[in-house]
Amino acid sequence: MSNLKSVFVLLCLVAGLVSPALAQSDTASLRSLVDALAKGKYAETEQQIGALVATGDPAVAPALQALGAGDLYFRKSDAQVFIAKKNGKRFTLTDPLTLEAEGDAGKREIKKIKVNNKLRRVIRAALGSLTLMASDPNVRVAAAGAIFKAQDPAGIDALETALAAETDDNVRLAMEQAHAAAVLNSDLDEAQKLAAVETLSEMGNREALSLLIGVRSNSEGAVRDAATHAVEKIEKSIAAWNTAQNIWYGVSLGSVLLLAAIGLAITFGVMGVINMAHGEMVMIGAYTTFVVQEIIRTSAPGLFDYSLFIALPLAFLTAGLIGIAIERGVIRWLYGRPLETLLATWGISLILQQAVRSVFGPTNREVGNPDWMSGAFELGQMTITYNRMWIVVFALLVFAGLMLVLKKTPFGLYTRAVTQNRRMAASMGIRTPWIDALTFGLGSGIAGIAGVALSQIDNVSPNLGQGYIIDSFMVVVFGGVGNLWGTLVGAMTLGVVNKFLEPYAGAVLGKIFVLVFIILFIQKRPRGLFALKGRAVEA
Amino acid sequence: MKATSLLYLDGVSVTFDGFKALNELSLTIAPGEMRAIIGPNGAGKTTMMDVITGKTKPDRGEIYFDGAIDLTGEDEASIAEIGIGRKFQKPTVFESHTVRDNLELALKAPRGPFATLFHVISGRETKRIDDLLGLIRLSDRKHELAANLSHGQKQWLEIGMLLAQDPKLLLVDEPAAGMTDAETAETAELLKDIAQDHSVVVVEHDMEFVRSLGVRVTVLHEGSVLAEGSLDHVSANERVVEVYLGR
Amino acid sequence: MMTSFLFRAMDARAGVFLAIMAAVIILVPAGNLLVPHGSPFHVPTYAVTLMGKYLTYALLALAVDLVWGYCGILSLGHAAFFALGGYAMGMYLMRQIGTRGVYGDPTLPDFMVFLNWQELPWYWYGFDMFWFAALMVLLVPGLIAFVFGWFAFRSRVTGVYLSIITQALTYALLLAFFRNDMGFGGNNGLTDFKDILGFDIQADTTRAGLFAASGLALVLSYMICRSITRSKLGKVLVAVRDAESRIRFLGYRVEHYKLFVWTLSAMMAGVAGALYVPQVGIINPGEFAPANSIEVVIWVAVGGRGTLVGAVLGAVLVNFAKTWFTAALPEIWLFALGGLFVFVTLFLPKGILGTLNDGWSALRQRRNSSGQEDGTGGPRPQAKQSEDAPASTPPPVPAMSRAGASHPQPAE
Repeated sequence: MSNLKSVFVLLCLVAGLVSPALAQSDTASLRSLVDALAKGKYAETEQQIGALVATGDPAVAPALQALGAGDLYFRKSDAQVFIAKKNGKRFTLTDPLTLEAEGDAGKREIKKIKVNNKLRRVIRAALGSLTLMASDPNVRVAAAGAIFKAQDPAGIDALETALAAETDDNVRLAMEQAHAAAVLNSDLDEAQKLAAVETLSEMGNREALSLLIGVRSNSEGAVRDAATHAVEKIEKSIAAWNTAQNIWYGVSLGSVLLLAAIGLAITFGVMGVINMAHGEMVMIGAYTTFVVQEIIRTSAPGLFDYSLFIALPLAFLTAGLIGIAIERGVIRWLYGRPLETLLATWGISLILQQAVRSVFGPTNREVGNPDWMSGAFELGQMTITYNRMWIVVFALLVFAGLMLVLKKTPFGLYTRAVTQNRRMAASMGIRTPWIDALTFGLGSGIAGIAGVALSQIDNVSPNLGQGYIIDSFMVVVFGGVGNLWGTLVGAMTLGVVNKFLEPYAGAVLGKIFVLVFIILFIQKRPRGLFALKGRAVEA
Repeated sequence: MKATSLLYLDGVSVTFDGFKALNELSLTIAPGEMRAIIGPNGAGKTTMMDVITGKTKPDRGEIYFDGAIDLTGEDEASIAEIGIGRKFQKPTVFESHTVRDNLELALKAPRGPFATLFHVISGRETKRIDDLLGLIRLSDRKHELAANLSHGQKQWLEIGMLLAQDPKLLLVDEPAAGMTDAETAETAELLKDIAQDHSVVVVEHDMEFVRSLGVRVTVLHEGSVLAEGSLDHVSANERVVEVYLGR
Repeated sequence: MMTSFLFRAMDARAGVFLAIMAAVIILVPAGNLLVPHGSPFHVPTYAVTLMGKYLTYALLALAVDLVWGYCGILSLGHAAFFALGGYAMGMYLMRQIGTRGVYGDPTLPDFMVFLNWQELPWYWYGFDMFWFAALMVLLVPGLIAFVFGWFAFRSRVTGVYLSIITQALTYALLLAFFRNDMGFGGNNGLTDFKDILGFDIQADTTRAGLFAASGLALVLSYMICRSITRSKLGKVLVAVRDAESRIRFLGYRVEHYKLFVWTLSAMMAGVAGALYVPQVGIINPGEFAPANSIEVVIWVAVGGRGTLVGAVLGAVLVNFAKTWFTAALPEIWLFALGGLFVFVTLFLPKGILGTLNDGWSALRQRRNSSGQEDGTGGPRPQAKQSEDAPASTPPPVPAMSRAGASHPQPAE
């Protein structure tokens, strides 16, 4: 079924590419060949298909495709052949060569041209060889792919002819693989088959694997051994690629966790403030992106691809300022009372959620992906989507930037001084209240820009932040409080572990396992992976 | 040596992130002895207390109590039960309890949750608490919250709690810190009283106070013993003068 | 022993509380069942159920107060124990439906038939018997709390860390109970209950009975909590709260004490959940939501932690406000609740009852000291000495960290 579908896609592509050429062809002779399909039994139809292919004209492709899909009919009155699609009680007719509409017909006026499975195979192969010589290399690759899938020995000759003329290396490769597939399904001699197995084994993907498994069970002797060997080899390589893909998924999840947690690593890890409203800072960042995109949509649609870059500083400022307001208004009265801070900031998170809900409504808001965030590419046997890739890159950039700020700037120096020894820092002239407010603002601002990134992969709703708060705390606690590297390692470890558990346990159970694991881990190492040791910590 | 001692430390080392808080520390306290420990900041005095009372686990070394009991494997609670009481540098009493309740909690009695749940205070216990209140001069404040005591009174209450535990060995960290001269002198007397039927280790900065105790002194420096002997003897030691007294 | 144990709970304040509770337990059902409709003193059934619900919340708050107010363990996962108790009762009620379910299967609850399950999972065995379900109401939360606490307290996870992992605990349970294949009805939970102990669960008399049962459970739990907090064990708990490492050096095994109250408190929460479920008629995984647990904490904080009665008061007040707001001004409720969190922590750290207590004792002290100045008072001990000592006055520690949660006091 999926084979048919892909052939169909291919043919639409072919039809689109070749239609300009149609005008030059000898339409009349083609039409008589097409109309001939209306007559005769299966065996004759096969010959007629051969005749169509012999023209070498891609214009016959839609007709062949329709024939294979059972959409080719002839009109009883004049035996003319049409592509017919059912439309209500009547059929819409299309000319199979010009693809122009030809009105419609009742059910009794037309008759389907019947095909059997053998014919379908013939058609697929015919379509393949028809397009193997096309001028567009993409079409040639696709044609080779079709033969590969059909494994049709009938395509061997066409492929060999095409290969002799082929100059493009990629297309050659595809054709050789198709050739190998076809050879294995033919009654050619062992040496050729062994070479074919070798070709497929080099190919090394899932398609080659399933094909070779078929070969393994249908052949004997040296071919069978070679196929068995090749299957093992491919299975091994696919397993390795699977692992790589899982690691990638894990890194991708880890970078999301990192983004969500890194602001917390500052407010909780460095300052020791339990900010339960941290998730809401992320949410505010996401809503900032939404607002920016709305404004761009209505007033400057051309800027849409840059919307995220515009949103980043705005989200940082918005969330950062709200953070500073929270610190000045509430948290500074509660220093040294972590449990009270926890409760008060929880209250703030409720207020912020409800505020956003009142302004933007309780439902999800649509935040669009710019072009460069959409789509995916293949790396070996892995598929990597652009939005995930950019989020990984972005998370690492934010991490590196934050490290720079904390290690290399005077502000970072003051922050570390204040958190290590507040009284000493104060007596050296550092304005500790300012540093507190700014550090908290920094942590909140980073949560805000995390929100910009997360708006690309998550639903933007007032509850966005709630989903991240527990995970973020887990990451920070697991990695070790007060240690940004710990947060990085913690986030990546949890991400990867989660993704490796998922295939065995399912997403939810996997997550539960991770939570239980962390709960147990904290018992073992209450200060996290990268704990500071010594007397100072316990004071 | 080990068999006859009350407290025996041999080659004890503790490292915090590369910093050697204790470095091959060896120390022996005889039964009934009172010992003063002095040393500059960071000499490892408090870490030594932590190691003895189970708060910090030593990286290396042996710690034996009463000649036979290995303390390195025990936690704070069991070491307290074995018979070592500790008074902290910063007085830590239970501030939302009354003075009397503080003493009741410290009083030697079964320590399990169910024992305390069904505990009914006996006449003997009441008498013991009253005696202690008299000793630490807090009889007329026994119903006040410990939070309302002065700094010096808290120090005394803590000493009282230490006595209520009835330990064989008392570790007393800077008992005179933050006290007036009069209080300091009284504290010295109190400790001398206590030392008559307990072994006591006193960590102190105040030289006058140590002098008034008139006991053997151990000088710690960079986590190990620098000198030991009478106060006059160690005061004469050049290295001691150099690292501590001279500055 | 038990009577003398409970007897210790009695004093003037406990007396007032018990009298009020007795009046409520008698008058509310009476007002519903005996006073005719139309009379201004008639209590409508929905109000009985609503107040019954408040009482179960009050019991939950009491459980949280025991661990937080007295032992300094801020649990952000107590709703999990509440929900576990609720599920245990819900399973009993499901089994009571019998053939009256939509699919009419005599043993399998509807949702299992719907999921094409062929037989009852083993962990549903026994729940057709009330005594077994009642036992599980205590045992399941108790056991989970015990195991969790055993690990957590032994490795000395304290303060915020503990709060966060209790939150993770309830979150993990939330995720688990959402799964259909756990066998607890997944997303929809357990509902459509018909009767309890043979009584129709919708009947006014049953509702009144459940109300009275909730009231009695609250009173009994209060008595137990009060005897505990007034015993020597209670003093140890407060000492753990104020200076955990110090009490270790006195030879107390802090982890045993914590484990004891933690498990007991979880069982109380389980009972509360078990009484809650038949009154509201449903239990679903939403009860595990981390937000619920945090809300319970604010009830306690509003009423005054470490006062027991305050927890009851706070739970009733906040939930009454919630009922009123969500009906009248639903938009405002979260603002109000959020504001309450901030306001209480900043301006009312001791809660309503704690603040009243302080005011009361300040007043009494002033009266006493004025008596002394009349010359009737005794000598003022130690006053001279305190004035001499420079560090005599206690530093201005924020009131809460002294009386309140586990603000860790460094041991040195």
